Amino acid sequence: MPVLRWIRRNLIVIAGLLTLAYMILPNVVVMVFSFNKPNGRFNYSWQRFSLDAWKDPCGVADMCGSLSLSLQIAVWATVGATVLGTMISFALVRYRFRARGAINSLIFLPMAMPEVVMAASLLTLFLNMGAQLGFWTILIAHIMFCLSFVVTAVKARVMSMDPRLEEAARDLYAGPVQTFLRVTLPIAAPGIAAGALLAFALSFDDFIITNFNAGSTVTFPMFVWGSAQRGTPVQINVIGTAMFIIAVMVVVVGQLIANRRKNSAR
Amino acid sequence: MTVTKEAPPAPVTAELKVRKASTRKRLVPYWLLLPGILWLLVFFALPLVYQASTSVQTGSLEKGFEVTWHFQTYWDALTDYYPQFIRSLLYAGTATILCLLLGYPLAYLIAFKAGRWRNVVLVLVIAPFFTSFLIRTLAWKTILADGGAVVDVLNTLHVLDVTSWLGWTESNRVLATPMAVVCGLTYNFLPFMILPLYTSLERIDGRLHEAAGDLYATPATTFRKVTFPLSMPGVVSGTLLTFIPASGDYVNAELLGSTDTKMVGSVIQTQFLRVLDYPTAAALSFILMAVVLIMVTVYIRRSGTEDLV
Repeated sequence: MPVLRWIRRNLIVIAGLLTLAYMILPNVVVMVFSFNKPNGRFNYSWQRFSLDAWKDPCGVADMCGSLSLSLQIAVWATVGATVLGTMISFALVRYRFRARGAINSLIFLPMAMPEVVMAASLLTLFLNMGAQLGFWTILIAHIMFCLSFVVTAVKARVMSMDPRLEEAARDLYAGPVQTFLRVTLPIAAPGIAAGALLAFALSFDDFIITNFNAGSTVTFPMFVWGSAQRGTPVQINVIGTAMFIIAVMVVVVGQLIANRRKNSAR
Repeated sequence: MTVTKEAPPAPVTAELKVRKASTRKRLVPYWLLLPGILWLLVFFALPLVYQASTSVQTGSLEKGFEVTWHFQTYWDALTDYYPQFIRSLLYAGTATILCLLLGYPLAYLIAFKAGRWRNVVLVLVIAPFFTSFLIRTLAWKTILADGGAVVDVLNTLHVLDVTSWLGWTESNRVLATPMAVVCGLTYNFLPFMILPLYTSLERIDGRLHEAAGDLYATPATTFRKVTFPLSMPGVVSGTLLTFIPASGDYVNAELLGSTDTKMVGSVIQTQFLRVLDYPTAAALSFILMAVVLIMVTVYIRRSGTEDLV
């Protein structure tokens, strides 16, 4: 049987592609159902084609408000976590000092803990301090859990950097600031960018920690959560599809820029 | 004379300057660490201390809580909610194994077989991430809906008869059963498995495969003796990145499951945000943390990759 032989030879490829299909299936469903015109409040079964939701993506009360709140929090959390995380990474890779092991575990632990544990314990702190739950408590929480991921991403890049490049800069009479800005930072940039992107995605998408520490403030994931009980507007699928398309475009444009740079360098 | 009198101070100040600079240099790492570490101490470590103290308090929301070293809460929490605990570990464990089985071929495909399609496939793995995971989890409600295509196919193939007999599904339906929850968990954490696997597979030198082939190893033997052992760091970090968040997750159980599939995360959330029984909630989340940390430590020891962490 040639077909069976072909299947056997390409078993890994077939299995891999099936997994890929499993991963993309929900995105396809989200995209298709953004063109649905549901009968009742819930958008779970296909009724008929309509462009209504795309024409009026912000037509649902409070949805776009929660979206813009999530974006703001994600931007500030990214800035905070990236700055703090980059500083930590440089200290850990470039310097030998006491308490290094303890600091390494302090950074590893938030990644090795179920989110709900961190969420609940942070809430006990805020309750004990009498803090007003809202924008600031969400931001504090997001910076906290993004920090470790940024450190991991930046550390990997800084570790692979050749310190001789900075020595060379100093030999050529560049000051410490100049060396940092013109040599160190550009080389570390891809790692920092990867960390920042990760922080943005984690913060924007976080539900569990936000749910505990938001009080009555509603971020986009919380809006989606609430809508699962009240009835999901089609517009949620529009936003989901738009996010997917924007992400793919960002990656593709980034690839093109990287390719062009590589070609012009040659 | 004047020359000899003026000369000595110069080296002294120079040395002082050097010493000052070296102290400043020695302090550099501490200044770099300070803000970030302080953040983690105040908003990660200190909350755990607060939670520990909350878990041994008694009282009520109106009268206030007081530390009474009431360890009984832990015992009560365990006896009341052990089904949810066991379910969480069971679901998370099953999802982790499924992630490994599903994720390995795809990671292998990207690392060795994709060629110039590698970046395309990588983008397809990462891009779904950018649609909010709640929206994607809700999409599973549509996919697994009663009378939908998936359920119909599984029914005609009599798969549901077997799974219902095993207690994973109910006859004619998948939604609101353990299978739906595990399916959602597997889907949700699959990228966390694939990316570390891919990174460790990509590092393997392709010539090792050739060498194994030259030594008359069949592809299966090559995989068992060369590829898989070399990918162990990826397997370990992938399983950890899948199991830990999955054990605390309650989104999949709430959206795709029923009251019979509740996981411990739901209980903590309800106790904390609705019942406002803080001591029980704190005790529950401490037990969860302890169980996960112990399991992770044992697992890392046994897999012999301690240097990983």
